[in-house]
Amino acid sequence: MTGSEVPPIDLPDLDVSAIEAIEGVEPVRSVRTPIRLDYRYVPGRAAVTYLEAMAEKRILGQRDPDTGHVFVPPRGVNPASGRVLDEFVELPDRGHVGSFCITNVPIPGRDDLSLPYASCWIFLDGADIGFLGLVAGCDPDEVRLGMRVAAKWKPDDELTASAENIRWWEPTGEPDMPLDEIRGGRGA
Amino acid sequence: MRPVAVVSTAQRQEPELSGLTEVELMAPLIEKARSAVGLTQADIGFTCSGSSDFLAGQAFSFVMTLDAVGPVPPIAESHVEMDGAWALYEAWVKLQIGEIDTALVYSYGKSSPGSIRDVLATQLDPYYVAPLWPDSWALGALQARVLLEGGVVSERRMAEIAARSQSHAAGNANAVRAGTPTVDDLLDTAFVADPLRPHDCAATADGGVAVVLAADDRAGDLSDRPAWIRGIDHRIDAHHFGVRDLVAAPSAALAARHAGLGSDRVDIAELHSPFTTSEHLLTDALGLDEAAVTINPSGGALAGDTLMASGLMRIAEVADRISAGTADRGVAHASSGPWLQQNLVCVMGAD
Repeated sequence: MTGSEVPPIDLPDLDVSAIEAIEGVEPVRSVRTPIRLDYRYVPGRAAVTYLEAMAEKRILGQRDPDTGHVFVPPRGVNPASGRVLDEFVELPDRGHVGSFCITNVPIPGRDDLSLPYASCWIFLDGADIGFLGLVAGCDPDEVRLGMRVAAKWKPDDELTASAENIRWWEPTGEPDMPLDEIRGGRGA
Repeated sequence: MRPVAVVSTAQRQEPELSGLTEVELMAPLIEKARSAVGLTQADIGFTCSGSSDFLAGQAFSFVMTLDAVGPVPPIAESHVEMDGAWALYEAWVKLQIGEIDTALVYSYGKSSPGSIRDVLATQLDPYYVAPLWPDSWALGALQARVLLEGGVVSERRMAEIAARSQSHAAGNANAVRAGTPTVDDLLDTAFVADPLRPHDCAATADGGVAVVLAADDRAGDLSDRPAWIRGIDHRIDAHHFGVRDLVAAPSAALAARHAGLGSDRVDIAELHSPFTTSEHLLTDALGLDEAAVTINPSGGALAGDTLMASGLMRIAEVADRISAGTADRGVAHASSGPWLQQNLVCVMGAD
């Protein structure tokens, strides 16, 4: 499957007279060719269901009937096995901190956050995977593994079909999760 | 050459699938293709996909779609920013090496979220051509004009190709443009990019396709009638428009020769023609005798063109007919780039 005889391509004789004519002209070192493409992005069946529930301050996950694992946010499949998931389950808006870091970088558009804040990996009660959230409403020094937190929702008149409805997560004051029950770092 | 066969396929194509993510589109198709031959992902030696970030509108979009495959425990995987036919070629090469016996190949494209005619402009020469944003139909029309003025093709011949595609597509649930128009009906329609009419341009679609490959005895274990790949090759013409010969498809002809297309008869041919004019050129480049070969029994890409998947769909259409026993030998063709720039030819047979 190698080797071939490609017929020669007839090219016209090159006119090189312009090369001399532009001698001394400042060479072009770069060109700007801006590219812009617009998309009407649809988040998909599972995400649309999730986001519409968010507008009602409800958090939906999907349950894999084979393994029993609950995934939030839902992706329409078990992302480990590829199994198609149809079953939605409602989860409480509270859980525990599975991992965290203290962040000193501001988030564009979030002037309501004071620095530093805690970026956390939060496990909702009943969920088998964590998801990213901010913990505020307490001193960042107080944030710790196993700390119980609950969603701080936007006011009802500001709710939209968006994950931004949860402004941050706040400590509930409940006793911490025992260390051996903390899910941080363990996948479903 | 190690014998490798297509043993299973699954595909879906619709005018618009904007309500589904690529994961939600592909997970059922991948599962259908695997389970039809009793395989799970753990049985697959190598997985290869084809898709485009420019369609998805996000970087490394193919990584997200691995959710649909089931990558745990970790799988051997690769991706091409090409039509899935080229992903199949990579998997075929991997199977030739002999360390694996099965492969999963899939590809997908959703052009409905964006403007496909603009997206296609971004594949062109980034300095001299792409900044001008040439429309893909306009580029096709430039080639069609040369072919018409040179007497290589006629508007009637173009309409005949379109009518044949649409009537064949009537039996294909995945086709998005089917019907029984007369040639005169078609010639009576207004131009979209003179001299191209709507029927001359492939019907844009969203969709995906999944294919399972198996080598040697494994293919016979998995399928009663595997569609054996008897030859496969791909070639590319020059990227620079100025040196392209618009009245020929030399890379298609060369790929066909190296795939061994001329060595025996074929019953069917599935061609990835972005335009009726491309189908005319391909029929000639592949040396197909239209009296003896059924061209595009599915309707071909003219009846439904999913960017990044149309070529692999052509392979699936030929394989399905061989496995079903309605054809003994066939050829599938995939193309990419303007004016049939890149071409892949895959010859398949029942024995």
